[in-house]
Amino acid sequence: MKHIVKILTMIMAITALWAGLLQVSMIPRSHTWLLPIYFVVSLGCYGLLMVGVGLMNFPTCPQEALLLQKDIVEAKEYLMQRGVNVSTI
Amino acid sequence: MDEQHQKDKDKYSIIVPTYNERLNIGLIVYLLFKHLRDVDFEIIVVDDGSPDGTQDVVKQLQKVYGEDRILLRARPRKLGLGTAYIHGMKHASGNFVVIMDADLSHHPKYLPSFIRKQKETGADIVTGTRYVKGGGVHGWTLMRKLTSRGANVLAQTLLWPGVSDLTGSFRLYRKSALEDIISRCVTKGYVFQMEMIVRASRKGYHIEEVPITFVDRVYGSSKLGGSEIVQYLKGVVYLLVTT
Repeated sequence: MKHIVKILTMIMAITALWAGLLQVSMIPRSHTWLLPIYFVVSLGCYGLLMVGVGLMNFPTCPQEALLLQKDIVEAKEYLMQRGVNVSTI
Repeated sequence: MDEQHQKDKDKYSIIVPTYNERLNIGLIVYLLFKHLRDVDFEIIVVDDGSPDGTQDVVKQLQKVYGEDRILLRARPRKLGLGTAYIHGMKHASGNFVVIMDADLSHHPKYLPSFIRKQKETGADIVTGTRYVKGGGVHGWTLMRKLTSRGANVLAQTLLWPGVSDLTGSFRLYRKSALEDIISRCVTKGYVFQMEMIVRASRKGYHIEEVPITFVDRVYGSSKLGGSEIVQYLKGVVYLLVTT
């Protein structure tokens, strides 16, 4: 099944649930009408939170740059001895 | 006994698309041979008519390492990444294919962990991820990290891809899997990398991840402008609707 179909089905299910809540009126009407807005806003907040948390925990590897420079030196030496062009000009 | 025999016969074809990588190609080849000593592999360099003499360097490398280990399969001009992989695969004699960048942002030292992961899990695809513990990036500004993280959260929410790093291009594929997926992909650029992994996920291929570190290109810097962001958003919507 295509992914978009899955998502639309989910949205339809949630909408049906919302319509059901409107009918039943266990919760005061005014609140029920606003539920979709609450849902979208919390989804947005969750997204922003995930971005923020991810940004704080973004893994970095400064030592890898140093290791890479070492590798480059080692490789250049080896290749130069064997007649491979390692110049950058 | 049969399984061991089968494992011993795994061969890895490493496809490296190049354009003006005269220095980097030598470094990559050296590092590949250094880190894959006990592995049966071949390197397929798909050079798109580099004017800087990349192909001459490849020929010199062939003299050092052997023409059976380094294959030069050049093309006349820049023809795109997807077709570079397809072109490389035509000449690949391995049952596994590795794709990686030639600019040293992908370090060959991680390949043993890709291979190990594949053997342990029997996965069809092993993809490198920069976003988990043990992985990481270097040389990224805060802005770039923010854009990357935002793009990732968006894609995860909309696409449920099953991998943490969608735009990464350091991957090991079972050759049959790569052939199957690549025939269905139509996008270009890094959206192409996303399309490949999302389509693979939809088709039910077994995908595993290993952490990798990504040191940004030593010379010059990648630009991430407005047009890239628009292209990315279009790509996500396209994938949302067509996969």
